[in-house]
Amino acid sequence: MTSTDSHRWNSVLGLYVALALGAASTLPFVRVAPNRLLSGEPVYLWDIFQSQSNQLVLVFFLAVFALLFIAIGQAQRRFLQLMVSFAMAASLAGLWLLASQVSSSLSLSDNPLSRTSLGAGFWVMTAISWLVALDAIDRLNISALPRFILQIVLCLPLALSLTEGQNLSLIKEYANHSDVFGPAIWRHLLIVVLAVVPAVFIGVPIAWRMTQSEGVKQALFPILNLIQTIPSIALFGLLMAPLAWLAVQWPTLGKAGISGVGLAPAVLALLLYSLLPIVRSTLAGLEQVPADTINAARAMGMSAWQILCQVELPLALPVLLIGLRTAVVQTTGLAAVCALIGAGGLGQIMFDGLFSAANDLVILGVIPIVLLAMLADSLFKVLGNLLKTSAP
Amino acid sequence: MIKFENASKSYAGVAAISNLNLEIEQGELVVFLGPSGSGKSSALKMVNRMVAHDGGHILFNGQDITRFNVQDLRRRMGYAIQSVGLFPHRTVAQNIATVPTLLGWDSSRIQARVTALLEMLAMSPEQFADRYPHQLSGGQQQRVGVARALAADPDVLLMDEPFGALDPVTRTALQLALKEIHRATSKTILFVTHDIDEALLLATRIVLLNHGRMVQVGTPLELLQHPINDFVSNFLGQADRGLKQLSLQAIAPYVKAIGGAEPPHAIAHTATLREAVSCMATYHVSSLSVADASGKIMGQVNAVDLLEKKHV
Repeated sequence: MTSTDSHRWNSVLGLYVALALGAASTLPFVRVAPNRLLSGEPVYLWDIFQSQSNQLVLVFFLAVFALLFIAIGQAQRRFLQLMVSFAMAASLAGLWLLASQVSSSLSLSDNPLSRTSLGAGFWVMTAISWLVALDAIDRLNISALPRFILQIVLCLPLALSLTEGQNLSLIKEYANHSDVFGPAIWRHLLIVVLAVVPAVFIGVPIAWRMTQSEGVKQALFPILNLIQTIPSIALFGLLMAPLAWLAVQWPTLGKAGISGVGLAPAVLALLLYSLLPIVRSTLAGLEQVPADTINAARAMGMSAWQILCQVELPLALPVLLIGLRTAVVQTTGLAAVCALIGAGGLGQIMFDGLFSAANDLVILGVIPIVLLAMLADSLFKVLGNLLKTSAP
Repeated sequence: MIKFENASKSYAGVAAISNLNLEIEQGELVVFLGPSGSGKSSALKMVNRMVAHDGGHILFNGQDITRFNVQDLRRRMGYAIQSVGLFPHRTVAQNIATVPTLLGWDSSRIQARVTALLEMLAMSPEQFADRYPHQLSGGQQQRVGVARALAADPDVLLMDEPFGALDPVTRTALQLALKEIHRATSKTILFVTHDIDEALLLATRIVLLNHGRMVQVGTPLELLQHPINDFVSNFLGQADRGLKQLSLQAIAPYVKAIGGAEPPHAIAHTATLREAVSCMATYHVSSLSVADASGKIMGQVNAVDLLEKKHV
């Protein structure tokens, strides 16, 4: 009885709806400030909906909530879940358009320096919309690739409506930093790739060596664990001195960009952090390859290298990918901190905002980092799933 | 073809095989038989150097096996084991093609070989070639294991309890399939088992091992008729040793002309003595008619004659 009940009732969605209603009624939707550095006056949704021109939007949101209430009681109907996911895509765009519309009407009456920033209410409702969409997609029970495509499609309405909102503080910050924004993303990706790709080429052989010798395993794991416990800033500091020394000893290295600050210590530190998840997952992957399979491969006359490439690694790959996913997501986040030692990337924008107390600039730096991490996570899930279906 | 000369192997001072002397001729199906811990599996693995012997010599085609490149040596010897060890990420066809691929055969030759092997093992190539091991039953997996061992047409086939994990019906089917393969290809096969009936059915020669020492070597019938000591006779089954002998002998030499009334129950002329005795016990008769392939009665066998000793 209880199991059928829990199938029919979507309690997660119920919680989300309650949270969204709470956020809509108690948290400011936007804040209006006289300039970018002061924190502004809160504007709540009920203020916004009192204006005649926004009545239609109110109707739209009420309709969305009505749909969600129906969906709470009908957790197993797939068509309804699809409707919910599309409604959430619309609501993501709707929240943005509403905020941009509010900012336009407010800025007309105010001075040109005034800023409309997105408030906590906006962010909570946006996050909940996305979570509800993900929950609905989950309940559709589709395989990884269509699911990934659906997620991309659901982002489109929001992406298209980003052309609106020129009067929002976030977009103004973007306009002011648009020349560095694109390069910052590329720089961020470069840092991640430069750290994770070598980590794979170092970590996989280390893990393979560990399967051969218990001694290597016992000697290296404590070191990798220890590295993981060093705070990133401390690790940068630890790497600065030796790298600076290297650059002084061999000027060619210095000319090649190796020095105590900048890209080199950043990439090196992130590489060291990536080693643990990669080594651990590769080892777990290699250890679950049946001994009989490896013995059979040896007895067929395969060399150790052929066994590794043709038998062990392909069989370890699904587990290895899980560790690689962890490493990429972790590195994408950690790379933000690298801006502190002059490595650039999206962290640069974030810290610029922090140091000038401009919250919207912080958010402008953080959002792409979060999106990149989410994208990497989804891509690796799709990849892992494709592997599982093609060769079980 | 393969010659053990005082071959020995010990693990941490404990002898697994001591002073094994044995010469295996081309085309033999030699079964290493013994209780667990007798060293039979070690003896087999020493041949392709999966276990390195630490005393004496092992010769393959007259040459010491340590003088071969170890991978070349292994590619010349097919290998099948109880757990099969198929590669789970490769299809049936790719699994069978393992050694031919390592040897660099061209793809059309590989494909023809895979198809031929699957057909030989009674598995339809269209149906099975592209399946993955986990989609097969235990018996089918083991057939693929045997096909993989045979793939590169090796000089020698090494089989380490290959049918140990199968149910009795499947096991019998595979034993008969292997016997047929041996008859058709006259490959030299070294086969390890602890199952006496399997050994008696398959072997042209049995090597009985105990505690790493060779106790007796001979044809199945020789071992049953002339066990050299109590261990051999006990191991071969004291109580039904006689029945096992009967199962190794055909009724042909015992067939006599019909004398008087034709016995009502008939048996095929290819039957073993054991089947004849079993049939007599079933119908409570002391003689049976013997039918030839076409079903024509060609004579009769009598219970009293069956227990006489005949040299064929």
